[in-house]
Amino acid sequence: MDLNWSADQEALRLELRGWLEHNLADWRVEIGTELSGDTREGFAQQLLWEQRLYEAGWSAVSWPSAYGGRDGTLWDWLIFEEEYWRAGAPQRVTQNGIQILAPSVFEHGTQEQKDHLLTRIAAAEDLWCQGWSEPNAGSDLAGVSSRARRIDGGWVLDGQKTWTTRGAFCTHLFGLFRSDPDSERHRGLTYLLVPLDLDGITVRGFGRLDGDEGFAEVFFTEAFLPDGAVGTSVVLGEVDQGWRVAVSAASTERGLLRSPGRYQATVASLLELCSQRGADESMRRRVAAAWMRVDGYRLQTLQTVTALMDGRDLGSEASLAKIWWSELDIELHEIALDLLDPDAELEGPWSKGHQFSLAGPIYAGTNEVQRNIVAERVLGLPR
Amino acid sequence: MRFALDEDREALRSTARALLTELCPASAVRAAWTGTPDNAAWNALADIGALAVLLPQSEDGLGLDETYLVPVLEEAGRAALPHPLVETALVAAPLGVTGLIVATDLGAAVPTAAGGEKVAAPTKAAVEGAAGAAVPSATFAEAFLLAAGRGLRLYEAQEVDVEPVETVDASRHCGRVRPRAGGRSVTDDPEAVAAAFDRGALGTAAELLGLSRAMLELTVGYAAERHQFGKPIGSFQAVKHHLANARLEIEFAAPAVLYAAYAIARGQTDASRAVSQAKWLAGSAAAVTGRAALQCHGAIGYTTEHDLHLYLKRSWALIRAWGGADFHADRVAASISL
Ligand SMILES: Cc1cc2nc3c(=O)[nH]c(=O)nc-3n(C[C@H](O)[C@H](O)[C@H](O)COP(=O)(O)OP(=O)(O)OC[C@H]3O[C@@H](n4cnc5c(N)ncnc54)[C@H](O)[C@@H]3O)c2cc1C
Repeated sequence: MDLNWSADQEALRLELRGWLEHNLADWRVEIGTELSGDTREGFAQQLLWEQRLYEAGWSAVSWPSAYGGRDGTLWDWLIFEEEYWRAGAPQRVTQNGIQILAPSVFEHGTQEQKDHLLTRIAAAEDLWCQGWSEPNAGSDLAGVSSRARRIDGGWVLDGQKTWTTRGAFCTHLFGLFRSDPDSERHRGLTYLLVPLDLDGITVRGFGRLDGDEGFAEVFFTEAFLPDGAVGTSVVLGEVDQGWRVAVSAASTERGLLRSPGRYQATVASLLELCSQRGADESMRRRVAAAWMRVDGYRLQTLQTVTALMDGRDLGSEASLAKIWWSELDIELHEIALDLLDPDAELEGPWSKGHQFSLAGPIYAGTNEVQRNIVAERVLGLPR
Repeated sequence: MRFALDEDREALRSTARALLTELCPASAVRAAWTGTPDNAAWNALADIGALAVLLPQSEDGLGLDETYLVPVLEEAGRAALPHPLVETALVAAPLGVTGLIVATDLGAAVPTAAGGEKVAAPTKAAVEGAAGAAVPSATFAEAFLLAAGRGLRLYEAQEVDVEPVETVDASRHCGRVRPRAGGRSVTDDPEAVAAAFDRGALGTAAELLGLSRAMLELTVGYAAERHQFGKPIGSFQAVKHHLANARLEIEFAAPAVLYAAYAIARGQTDASRAVSQAKWLAGSAAAVTGRAALQCHGAIGYTTEHDLHLYLKRSWALIRAWGGADFHADRVAASISL
């Protein structure tokens, strides 16, 4: 047991801190007024930011340098996240590619797919959105009915995806399609990589709760997907075996999508808000409680990363983290709104953050479903 | 960076667990409700050095730190051991009090600031409640470590009057303790008293974690066996979600408890805050788990014939011992400049 960072890790932190301070200021001069990354203009601004990150080697610190990373460990990634959110840097519009698609490519991709896809993800050249949900397949993802029909030289896609985050601004979609028409449920699904500019694909962006055009629905009408449409094979993993690939990504998404660094930064802002607005005894206790939960998440993550570095799998226990961070995020924002009191209704970072926090228990597998997973697979209760 | 219970700590834990499973089953806890606790488990813990983990090897101790003792205390909590292991091994032993079963009442001697950190004073209720409070294990302790001014004095059993009091958890063997005469000064140093308080709160947090694990395991087992509507009740989602909530609270309290042990062992400046965080999170976990456990047992859990109440009532006492939720939240608030 040793909870000290090494000299190299401390050096990485300081280098990053300096880089962020300088480059955030510089980027903010470049773009003028900073907009939400879930709007078309804000997305374009943030691509400029993503390019800066990539060029300095910060966009995916734990990846091999051959793919644009820094050959870092998960510890380096945690340090990156702490500093990134501490500095008040923008949300990562490349998140779906870097944190959800890429881990599946590392695990299930061919060498050629890795060589072709990963650097372009890190560099924000290909912008990926996640095409899992459909109008009739939400929590029950195995109910996917979008079809992929095999023909000579490629696939023909039909059907509809929805709730696709930033789909209207992205260039590519990864998703599950039913490739075996006679299959049911988890069988017969293929994980496909799809450029969104194919004939027969229509993308319609629409407003989320906060009004930003952060959602999209994607329609496929006899869309022909050539075998090499993404510059390499469009099938990730085996044909008809897409469920396995998707499930491995789901655990990554739940476990590591939202690092403690985010909430450490939110709680720091909350402490500032308290000192501006003044907090009575009961409010101070609420804030202290939230602080303790955030720090509990940080400590639990140190244990999780230790276990991952020892070669253990994250597995179903990822569901515990997902419930914790999503409900904690709401708690933090509700406290802020109570401190703001009548000013809570003003558009601003807290009201916007509050609306986004409310999505946490819905996306990445709803918290009801996560509690089922904890009960059945962690505690072993009967199904 | 490495945060895990490594092999040697795991080994000590599993040794403690094995002996407590054998020598302190629920029937032993139940027996301690009506008579003085049987010392079999206590003596076996002494034999493996659990009472002397923190003592140097030159004094026949194990020469280890709090990160080794805390997992053992979790096991004591899991077994609802009716002995003052926290008081003896974690509070008194580092003050040089050894070889005796020790009850403690730090009461008003708990200072307002500890370890150089800016911390809040104990609340009025905490201080008044503690002074002349019901002292656990008082009816069978061999020695008493009691507040005296700003320091602590040690009395042997024949030097104090003990007036037994009835408590919800009768295996606590509480009594009001009044020194008659004698005793010897153990420390006059307020910082040593503050550190002793922190160790007591840490140990109690560890026991609460163990109690929570015991209650959760008991309930998971029951939920798989008990059938209603032709199915095990554990297959009902409402039951699942109660128990998932308990598991969640335990998951995020446990690392904080281990970290507080680490912070004390290393003499870190955030040690008092870490202890308060640990006690608060472990108390919350025990409260959530206890409620879930009782609810998911139904009426059978609402009896003294079922074992659940042994663990539940112990957890109620410990949630409020060594500073309750508000006391520890206030200490954390002060230390993060709230
Ligand atoms: C902000 C945001 C971004 C998103 N981004 C994407 C994206 O980029 N790509 C993508 O594919 N999807 C995305 N989603 C969709 C998300 O994955 C789904 O919303 C989620 O899987 C739930 O599906 P649903 O909305 O259809 O709700 P439903 O599955 O219809 O659930 C409705 C309610 O019923 C409950 N319920 C359902 N089944 C059970 C059960 N077995 N036990 C108990 N309760 C149950 C749910 O918990 C929920 O409370 C996003 C969602 C949000 C909110």
